[in-house]
Amino acid sequence: MNKTKSRNVIFAILKYAVVLTLTFSMLIPFVWMLSASFKTNLEVFAFPIQWIPEVFHFENYSNIWEIANYPRMFFNTVKLTAIITGLQVLTSTLAAYAFSKIKFPERDLLFLLYLATMMVPYQVVMIPQFSIIRNMGLSNTHMALILIQAFTPMGVFLIKQFYDGIPNELIEAARIDGLNEFGIYSRIMLPLSKSAIVSLAILTITATWNDFLAPLIYISDSKLFTIQLGLRNLCSEYTAEYGQIMAASVMSVIPIFVLYCIFQRFFEEGMISGAVKG
Amino acid sequence: MSKTSVKNKKSTAIVRRNRRKAYLFLLPNFLGFIVFTLIPVAMALFYSFTNYDGNKKMDFVGLDNFIKLFSDSSFVISLQNTIIYTIVTVPLIIVLSLLVSVLMNNGVKGAPVYRAIMLFPHIASIVAVTVVWQFLYNAKSGPINQILRSIGIANPPSWLSDQKTALLAVMIMIIWKGIGYYMITYLAGLRGIPKDQYEAATVDGANAWEKLIYVTVPNLRPVTFYATIMCIINSFQVFTPIYVMTKGGPGRATSVLVLKIYEDAFVNYKFGYASAEAMILFLLILVVTLIQFYHNKKLEA
Repeated sequence: MNKTKSRNVIFAILKYAVVLTLTFSMLIPFVWMLSASFKTNLEVFAFPIQWIPEVFHFENYSNIWEIANYPRMFFNTVKLTAIITGLQVLTSTLAAYAFSKIKFPERDLLFLLYLATMMVPYQVVMIPQFSIIRNMGLSNTHMALILIQAFTPMGVFLIKQFYDGIPNELIEAARIDGLNEFGIYSRIMLPLSKSAIVSLAILTITATWNDFLAPLIYISDSKLFTIQLGLRNLCSEYTAEYGQIMAASVMSVIPIFVLYCIFQRFFEEGMISGAVKG
Repeated sequence: MSKTSVKNKKSTAIVRRNRRKAYLFLLPNFLGFIVFTLIPVAMALFYSFTNYDGNKKMDFVGLDNFIKLFSDSSFVISLQNTIIYTIVTVPLIIVLSLLVSVLMNNGVKGAPVYRAIMLFPHIASIVAVTVVWQFLYNAKSGPINQILRSIGIANPPSWLSDQKTALLAVMIMIIWKGIGYYMITYLAGLRGIPKDQYEAATVDGANAWEKLIYVTVPNLRPVTFYATIMCIINSFQVFTPIYVMTKGGPGRATSVLVLKIYEDAFVNYKFGYASAEAMILFLLILVVTLIQFYHNKKLEA
């Protein structure tokens, strides 16, 4: 009996040791980043690390805000994120309704086409996409980013999976009652799939907010920069402004962190929606 | 008019009506899909057989690009680095996230808090994360080396400025960043394991380790399958941390496939050649995914 007890204690200690170590290691870089964002350049790399700075240099933040064009980049990123997410959710739910609830001959073939192209990595299509966008005269515009990101098959796939779970009898009954397809879509499907829609929205918001490669390819005008692009440029231009760079980094992650605190459940649902259904 | 022909007339009319309705719903997304996904896929294939320079020159060159690829040392190095990167990070991420999810599921007080914190690296933008780690890795004054020196390691590695350790440095950061996401998917999978299997194992006298190996892991196979594929695909596509942290350097020590594709396409304007390189990336992903599917099918049988 005593042997099992002590073995359980050892196991418990090990368990907490692993979990706490990992959690701590995930947290520490962010704490360091936050702390460094309030320090002068000399203090940032001082050792031993002074976790709570003696003087909080808020001017790191105000400098970034004024000099580095931050408000504009923030506005750009918010605008892009909002438009892309809105379009993605709208067109995906509409298309998913057709794929899930309307019987038409080419349905399976078209959906297979969607699935097949999901396998093709972005890096393959990014080159011809660039040609197409350029031929449309849209290089170095926000429209370019919107067009290439608002119509991904991923959104349709996610919503269709969810719609498939809504019983067809519900739809048939509504049809018999005389509701037209758009009515069914807006008054039955949409309200029932609120959680899937929020999950898709969160996935899209996070992906768009954090995106780097696409803005890198298309945007050369600094007035049109997104936050991620701006942050990286900041690093190459002001390499020694450690405090300010950290302040800029903090500001670039805060919005998503706030979103995460409010919508944690939907973040997680979005993550597992691909896994559990396969 | 016979009964059957009336019936047929009715059903084709219905089919046509349904088709019209369906396309109305499909159209917005489908139009965008065709123009910005489907057509580019076909075009990419076409480009890879040409020497398109993004401007006027486009001649058909057959398999020339593909042949040149393998004697292009920077491509070969990028390919090697990408494969090493994948082979090291994927198993570590999968195993660590599986381990931590099992532990978290096993009665850890305050689990929701730890879970939330462990997702921070995942939701933070890769650019911000990379910038911070770049500072942490600073060979002279960064905290990592300061700490190493303070515990007695006189000559800590130069991390990002040393060809031998640069890729390792990036890999460590990526593993740190990746664990949270897969931990969440494993936690979801763990919820679906029937409790009576564990009870049966206890009756059979299994200890905790044996329960892990013989009950937990086999039940989690679909999740592991999905997670491994996703992790491998993401590994092959790594770009931003490399671009921001090292730009492929020092030398070509951290150059990866997507970086090479990006450089050849948007810096050197060799659209045709870069498309061929991208095709290789695609093939790599496809082959590895197919192997996974085949392997998984065999295990299920």
